[in-house]
Amino acid sequence: MPRTDVVSQEKIADGLYRMVIKSPVDLSQSAYMPGQFLHFRVSDSIDFMLRRPISLCLADEANNLVTVVYRAQGEGTKRLARLTAGDTVDVIGPLGKGFPLHEESSATLVIGGGIGVPPLLELAKKLRAKGTRVVAILGFQKASQAILIEEFKALAEVFIVTDDGSMGKKGLVTDLLDASMTDGISRYYACGPTPMLRAVKETLEPSGILGYLSLEERMGCGIGLCAGCVHKIQDNDGVHYVKTCKEGPVFAAEEVVFS
Amino acid sequence: MTPHDVDLAVEFCGLQLKNPVMPASGCFSFGKEMEMFYDLNLLGAIVVKATTLEERMGNPTPRVAETPAGMLNSIGLQNPGVEKVIRDELPYLRRFSSLPVIVNVAGTMVEDYVAVVHRLNDSQDFDAIELNISCPNVKCGGIQFGTDPEMAAEMVSAIKEASNRPVMVKLSPNVTNIVEMAQACESAGADAISLINTLIGMQIDVEKRAPLLGNGIGGLSGPAVKPVALRMVYEVASSVNVPVIGIGGIFTGKDAIEFLMAGAKAVQVGTANFTDPYAIPRIVDEIKDWCVAHGVKRIDELIGAANPMSRRRG
Repeated sequence: MPRTDVVSQEKIADGLYRMVIKSPVDLSQSAYMPGQFLHFRVSDSIDFMLRRPISLCLADEANNLVTVVYRAQGEGTKRLARLTAGDTVDVIGPLGKGFPLHEESSATLVIGGGIGVPPLLELAKKLRAKGTRVVAILGFQKASQAILIEEFKALAEVFIVTDDGSMGKKGLVTDLLDASMTDGISRYYACGPTPMLRAVKETLEPSGILGYLSLEERMGCGIGLCAGCVHKIQDNDGVHYVKTCKEGPVFAAEEVVFS
Repeated sequence: MTPHDVDLAVEFCGLQLKNPVMPASGCFSFGKEMEMFYDLNLLGAIVVKATTLEERMGNPTPRVAETPAGMLNSIGLQNPGVEKVIRDELPYLRRFSSLPVIVNVAGTMVEDYVAVVHRLNDSQDFDAIELNISCPNVKCGGIQFGTDPEMAAEMVSAIKEASNRPVMVKLSPNVTNIVEMAQACESAGADAISLINTLIGMQIDVEKRAPLLGNGIGGLSGPAVKPVALRMVYEVASSVNVPVIGIGGIFTGKDAIEFLMAGAKAVQVGTANFTDPYAIPRIVDEIKDWCVAHGVKRIDELIGAANPMSRRRG
């Protein structure tokens, strides 16, 4: 398998790491999208043999570097967190379908929860590059797990909520989704835990604002072979299980079925 | 001697394979996803995802879980149904000039297995059937035929009568006597036997105090099952005259060679495709390198090399 260089690795919050690697593909020749993921092997042995999908957080075309921010929770991702500059890592990607960008001048809302926040950074960057105003609602469990705040502030008007009120407003991201927040917003993008995505979709549905959700399902292969990571999607033919690794992880919110 | 001097070609069920390595059903979808990685002509053959009469949604999620040196899955035979497979999937595979195509057929009753085969008979876009009587992830059908020799024989007879193409039967390891199952299938007319499908297993989510998989149980695959698979291939290859195809935890060329030496005519690679998308061409290269290092000119020399009983048969 092709391996790529680890350029840097740092702990940025409690259990959360930022790793910069050489892109496994030439970004300038690639149609990569924010919301796509990179698929890492965390072990060269037959233990921890399934790859770990981690969303693209930032792409640096000029230097052909990609940044990922991830939580080292299980033994597999903890192994990833032990890599340092000079190591190499087996990674494929960017994979999947990311956040579509639209030609529009009005404001866009990005809503992230926890480890769902990082992929929205590259999205915010791309939206700003198109001249779109970006409003970001970022939710974390607590201040010690808050990440990428300054990076978002450089691109967006930022609102923060935490479960325990240790940073920003106490509560959930949906608590901020009132008329004053959504006024003038033409589209939203959300990434986070499934209960958050469901609440965001249900809260914003009556407003008629179209949006996209980046779904999280346990993946087997990440390349469309195994049908492990499916989610229910409603389309013209009815409700189907669709592979989130290949057809997603980003879907139009109105297609996503939560049940 | 160089890798070019090694003849890896094998033949079974009238299929000519340029090498003995093919993907296992359910671990390669219908092949299209792999075109971004390599030319499918590098495969010995392709076995596509299990195909049923009607579309099947499959099981609730989570459907996969990592285990020590392996994984559990409970996909539940999600597939678009035979009509769409014939219309949308198989024609694509005919673009590859030297790629035998094997369709894995599944169902719940003899009648719907037969109906799938009747429908497939009209298609020119495949070469053989692999009869799936071993899926552990559907409540009714599948594995019930794979754990009772009489029911297996009844199914194989019906499919042999219905099919105008060779029929390979894929066995479940979740039985007391694998030889009895293989012999029942052979007597009923099976043209080849492939084994093993997954071993039934489970994982508990200790935080939720509940089974992790949405379906509760799932099928264990990967290197963890290789010794079990190898033993069963060895036993079956010693006991039947039809070709045996070895499946179970093959990750390297050496793993594949172990199965060939146990008496398998060819092998299928499943879980390794998830870890390494280039697994199959890599395994083919590793087999060639091993042959060069050991002065083996034809892969045939290795088949059954560790199992004299199998050499006196098929």
